[in-house]
Amino acid sequence: MTMTTASTTGDVLEPRPDLVTVTIDGVETAVPKGTLIIRAAEQLGVAVPRFCDHPLLDPVANCRMCLIEVEGMPKPQPACAVTCSDGMVVKTQMTSPVADEAQRSVMEFLLINHPLDCPICDKGGECPLQNQAMTNGQGDTRFDGPKRTFPKPINLSAQVLLDRERCVSCARCTRFAEQIAGDPFIELLERGSQQQVGIAEDVPFNSYYSGNTIQICPVGALTSAMYRFRSRPFDLVSTPTACEHCASGCSLRTDSRRNAVMRRLASVDPEVNEEWNCDKGRFAFRYLESDVRLTTPMVRVDGELRPASWDEALVTAAAGLKAAAGKAGIITGGRLMVEDAYAYSVFARRALGTNDIDFRPQGSSAEEEQFLASRVAGAGLGPTYADLEKAPTVLLVAFEPEDESPIVLLRLRKAAKTGTQILSVAPAASRGLAKTNGTWIPAAPGAEPTVIAGLDENTVTALSQPGSVILVGQRAAVTAGLLSAVGRLADRTGAALGWVPRRAGDRGAVEAGVLPSLLPGGRPVADAAARVDTAAIWGVPEVPEAPGRDIPAMLAAIEGRELSALVVGGVRLDDLPADAEAALRATEFLVVLDTHAHGLVELANVVFPVAAAPEKAGTFINWEGRQRPSSQALRTNLMSDARVLAALAGELGVVGLDGDLARLRAQLGEFSGWEGVRVGSPDVAAATGEPGPGLLLATWRPLLEATVLQEGEPYLAATARGREVWLSAPESAALGATEGQLITVTSASGSVTAPLVVAETAEGTVVVTGDAHRVLGQSGERVQIAVEGQG
Amino acid sequence: MPLTPVLSAHWDEADSYTIDGYRRHGGYDALAIAFAKQPDDVIGLVKDSGLRGRGGAGFPTGMKWGFVPQGDGKPHYLVVNADESEPGACKDVPLMLANPHSLVEGVIIASYAIRAHHAFIYIRGEVPHAIRRVAAAVREAYAAGFLGSNIKDSGFDLEVVVHAGAGAYICGEETALLDSLEGFRGQPRLKPPFPAVAGLYASPTVVNNVETIASVPSIVTNGADWYTSYGSEKSPGVKLFAVSGHVERPGIFEAPMGTTMRELLGWAGGMRKGHRLKFWVPGGSSVPLLTEEHLDVPYTYEDIAAAGSMLGTGTPMVFDETTSVTRAVTRWLEFYKHESCGKCTPCREGTYWLVDLLRRLESGSGSHSDITRINEVSAQIMGRSFCALGDAAATPFPGAIKYFADEIALGTHTAAADLFDPVAATVFAGVNV
Repeated sequence: MTMTTASTTGDVLEPRPDLVTVTIDGVETAVPKGTLIIRAAEQLGVAVPRFCDHPLLDPVANCRMCLIEVEGMPKPQPACAVTCSDGMVVKTQMTSPVADEAQRSVMEFLLINHPLDCPICDKGGECPLQNQAMTNGQGDTRFDGPKRTFPKPINLSAQVLLDRERCVSCARCTRFAEQIAGDPFIELLERGSQQQVGIAEDVPFNSYYSGNTIQICPVGALTSAMYRFRSRPFDLVSTPTACEHCASGCSLRTDSRRNAVMRRLASVDPEVNEEWNCDKGRFAFRYLESDVRLTTPMVRVDGELRPASWDEALVTAAAGLKAAAGKAGIITGGRLMVEDAYAYSVFARRALGTNDIDFRPQGSSAEEEQFLASRVAGAGLGPTYADLEKAPTVLLVAFEPEDESPIVLLRLRKAAKTGTQILSVAPAASRGLAKTNGTWIPAAPGAEPTVIAGLDENTVTALSQPGSVILVGQRAAVTAGLLSAVGRLADRTGAALGWVPRRAGDRGAVEAGVLPSLLPGGRPVADAAARVDTAAIWGVPEVPEAPGRDIPAMLAAIEGRELSALVVGGVRLDDLPADAEAALRATEFLVVLDTHAHGLVELANVVFPVAAAPEKAGTFINWEGRQRPSSQALRTNLMSDARVLAALAGELGVVGLDGDLARLRAQLGEFSGWEGVRVGSPDVAAATGEPGPGLLLATWRPLLEATVLQEGEPYLAATARGREVWLSAPESAALGATEGQLITVTSASGSVTAPLVVAETAEGTVVVTGDAHRVLGQSGERVQIAVEGQG
Repeated sequence: MPLTPVLSAHWDEADSYTIDGYRRHGGYDALAIAFAKQPDDVIGLVKDSGLRGRGGAGFPTGMKWGFVPQGDGKPHYLVVNADESEPGACKDVPLMLANPHSLVEGVIIASYAIRAHHAFIYIRGEVPHAIRRVAAAVREAYAAGFLGSNIKDSGFDLEVVVHAGAGAYICGEETALLDSLEGFRGQPRLKPPFPAVAGLYASPTVVNNVETIASVPSIVTNGADWYTSYGSEKSPGVKLFAVSGHVERPGIFEAPMGTTMRELLGWAGGMRKGHRLKFWVPGGSSVPLLTEEHLDVPYTYEDIAAAGSMLGTGTPMVFDETTSVTRAVTRWLEFYKHESCGKCTPCREGTYWLVDLLRRLESGSGSHSDITRINEVSAQIMGRSFCALGDAAATPFPGAIKYFADEIALGTHTAAADLFDPVAATVFAGVNV
């Protein structure tokens, strides 16, 4: 190769002033200023042993395992805490006898009080202490004294157990709890060799993120109640999966043994969940082994559901749907993978010839549908987690990230540490908001659109900075005019707008066209070009043109005899509004596809069992619009919803519906990139708040509550947050109640009694947390409050 | 060399600890001199005096003050380390009992120099009598207008808080002290950032020992030249030497740096009657011990270091021939094991191991490999721990075996108590009890 003279076209490497040159074990390398020696060594392929070091936690340098030699420094230095400076010469254990000896010394120290119980320890086989004792320790011990012992184990929470004698005091868990989760419920106690992790009396480690401490513990000191002693790492089969519990979209590793899930871990995905996940995603998988799993089709004969062959069930279902020709609709939940959601979308249009399809069993509105059509469907990726981290300002609307998308909360905390300003239009200043150092913008339920329209100049200016983001929660749909107001605010400020739904399949359902007015890829049903385009992809002459019904309209249509059959997939009775059960009972022909036998199944004429998420491959689309592919972790005879629907379509005489995953994906891919006319933004006026008696209820679904997907997990359930009644100081005073006193909140649908928390709440609002929404209903209801025992 | 009482000049007066007693001898007169100077000039004066930190490390005080960034818009803090807990060290507590106002006056001048408007005096929790004295002195100083806002029309404001520790040796380590003061568990912090940049509440902070701060008023009054006229070039000034152990009259002797142990022994009335010196420790248990051959080493940072030890707190512990060196070292290590904060592995585990090995030697059940191991484990701790506590724990045994290898080896077959009657080393030795 000939050297050419330096050109100015940019193909010459520019000197990078932010780089420093270091020599590690004789190899020179350039790293950005501020890089820790341990990271620079990793880039060269040199693994310096470590325990306390974790790339996402602040350096602490307390385990002393990573001591290395730095030329010019008299003592060995911790590689995890010293940053590279220009010209620095580093010798690790590979080239420095001093470093090697220092590391062996520390390893020997770590082992003197560590029990030799590897054969019965959960961590054995995947243990950083075990592994590094092999690579950087000696095979023998010189310590022959008595080891320190502790009674074992102790519960940090119902879910997390601690074997103190195994702890090497690396403080990863306590630092995670404080720095990442913002739940400093655990702390190191005592001193010297008695130092141990502990909790305050009667305040267990009930963090939504507690399971991460188990995963990052470099020894077997922290274990989970569910996995403890159940398996050995080397007996596990690991499968990369996506979490089916919420729209955060965590990448998980599902570990199974003998075709049963033993545990789940957070996978490393820097774009999404980094190295973390929430306890629901980690621990809630026992529902797969539930006693009420559906394993065989069922058909109702003489009023009784009884097991049936697939043939019988398909024939019966097809006959029922044929009889209801033109009067059948589809309801899906938001829990389906996008391929399955797409299959329902196709089934509705092609097999049933209808646009009566909706995935929003609760709290939907026409305004929401228009919002989704105009701003979400087919919008592609973004805003993203990375955008949150870089954003100067993030505004949250009708969204409590800690409960509703826990990984979003972690990213907002990270963002806040580097200066992102977090604002929240909400009925109360929640603890989650405090964890992001956020600012509360009070808005009573129903008043949010007015509050957003009237945001002060500073807030609008902050949101107008390039890179700012607005995140609106799914709950916004229940407030008339809110999504319209949010859309206008985004347009006015130029802030990126993200819609954060609750369930893992919600965004996928939008993309797949599981909406009465939307075909796949954001194509409006009302748009002739979109229908032609869709028909072309499907290879059919036309797709139904008549506007479809959403769920409330479908339920009303059943009562009005305009609809007589429903296909329901992945929906639980308690997902639906309270008055839905009567309508469903009135449905002449109900086909249910589900994983578990629950209330809705009891009403069905035909039931098809389907595979649960870990039992099939597929894709979730998270709130960012990012594909989250998931592999099949368990073998099963059960089929995906898509395959069942394809078989049912075949029975109906409709050909060409596909249940094959690869072909479904390929076809979905054809729907991307719609460039036609989009539906305009909704412009719904805010409802004028009528003054009424009592207070306005504000509530939201907590992360942990008794649902089908959390079945069989008593330890997880025991860490759920209890119900609380939040009232402002003036309202508490007016009621004559003090913190902790029991308050009864009564709505039209029921009443809840819970302890009072004096909090910052919007005027005229009472917040009831925990699973109180199940009893009281949705935000915006008028409720009465009374001190328990005072009538 | 003669005694040169400065801080201790009036300790024999009944009201030495009161503001009146202090002012009778020119107390608080240094304030006006300091306030007449620019703060940077006060720092310059202390730099010129060569005053070094009296807490043990001997860091030049003026230089430490000079590290505080000025004009940074952040609050600055002065923190007085009065957590005197080093075994053998007993100088700060008597100073606070007998002359607390010298400390308060020093606090005012130092705060003025580093531009701090809040100062904290962190006193060891086990000495409530000293805490009461200092708290009373601060109260008196407030009443007399030496503390509070616009002190003596200087325009300088200062609030002083007296804080009681909860009894942890580690809180004498300056960053652990800061954590403790902030309400956290006392464990040392990662450095950098150093306290001068990000200390208390992440703001620039100077942490100085009691004796260091109390020395400042006399330097301001008498000038840097006066101070450097005492001691050596590298170790100027006068110091409180607290002599304890097997001497006739244990006590505190204020003398110029460079005084020898022989002179100190002389002032202390020599060894107990009928006994002779076995070994002595120049500055707390954290420094290697010395023997009779070192009695004429001048008490300066550099000369003691050349003799193989450290000046440390300058509080010699003296041991006579009734003392078992194995037992003494074991007691020290038991102290370090008990006080190890647990943060870092070498100190937490190493002290645990050392105590196990030393107790074997003390009980006569040790082996020669145990002796080797104690040396090795000490070496494994030295220079690898998070803070100086680990280094301190690794110091006594290697220091002892240098001079007493034969005696220590007896621990392989004979208990220390059989070789050295523990009672013989006590103050009640020979008394029928």
